[in-house]
Amino acid sequence: MNFLIINFFLISILLLTTFYIFKTTSLISIVALTGIFTLVCAAIYVNLDAVDVAFTEAAVGSGISTILMVMAVAKLPEGKKNQLLNLFPSIVLSVSIVIVLMLIIANLPLLGDPNAPIHLHVTPEYIKESKSIFHIPNVVTNILASYRGFDTLGETIVIFTAGLGVIVLLTSNTLNRKTKFKKKVKK
Amino acid sequence: MIFFIALAILGLSILFCVYRAAKGPTPFDRILSISSIGTIMALGIAVHGFAFNRPDFVDIALMYILLNFLGTIAILKFYKMKGKKKV
Repeated sequence: MNFLIINFFLISILLLTTFYIFKTTSLISIVALTGIFTLVCAAIYVNLDAVDVAFTEAAVGSGISTILMVMAVAKLPEGKKNQLLNLFPSIVLSVSIVIVLMLIIANLPLLGDPNAPIHLHVTPEYIKESKSIFHIPNVVTNILASYRGFDTLGETIVIFTAGLGVIVLLTSNTLNRKTKFKKKVKK
Repeated sequence: MIFFIALAILGLSILFCVYRAAKGPTPFDRILSISSIGTIMALGIAVHGFAFNRPDFVDIALMYILLNFLGTIAILKFYKMKGKKKV
């Protein structure tokens, strides 16, 4: 019961934050409010006992992504306000996505149900075999590094490429240099 | 029981901070409120761990505080840069 009350409270804070993200017009406040949003998401994951997911959410969502967004806002020209476009298509899209998700939720197994399909497919084999095959005591490390080693390698390459792209985008000063050069030529 | 009362009080204070973050006339109100929301969240995770008999979660609360500090520093640096541009 307490668990449910905490979850309800956190989700209502999420709704409130989303509403204010929608209402504010200054970009940097939107970035700040998004930081609150991801922190509350991480707290929800802790409440659902998914501590590793909460760790990732806090590190990526609240830590790195806030900093990257602030850097991106710093690159933008000043004085431009966030304008609200035509809202009708986005409202229709989000309402239809909510309806589809609700329909899916009705068919999901209960939270923590031991007979859910995901707990019956390969997980028992992983738990039984992994230590005798790979001699690593941690099952999660076994799955990520041994059973799904190639998958993890691919993910690492994707994340590395994304990081390179972000660094190139945020640290390049080529545009500024060109404009400075043009100004010098004109003088 | 005392842990749940503590959780309720922390939740109430988060609500006040969200109000300040949304209404805050200056950006610095927002930064302050975000930083305090992060601190309250870390406290909440620690109290949550004790309330549900799993005190190992205190490590996560510590990491939250560190990350929150990083975010605050980043936004403050942004304002420092902006101030330099104007001068």
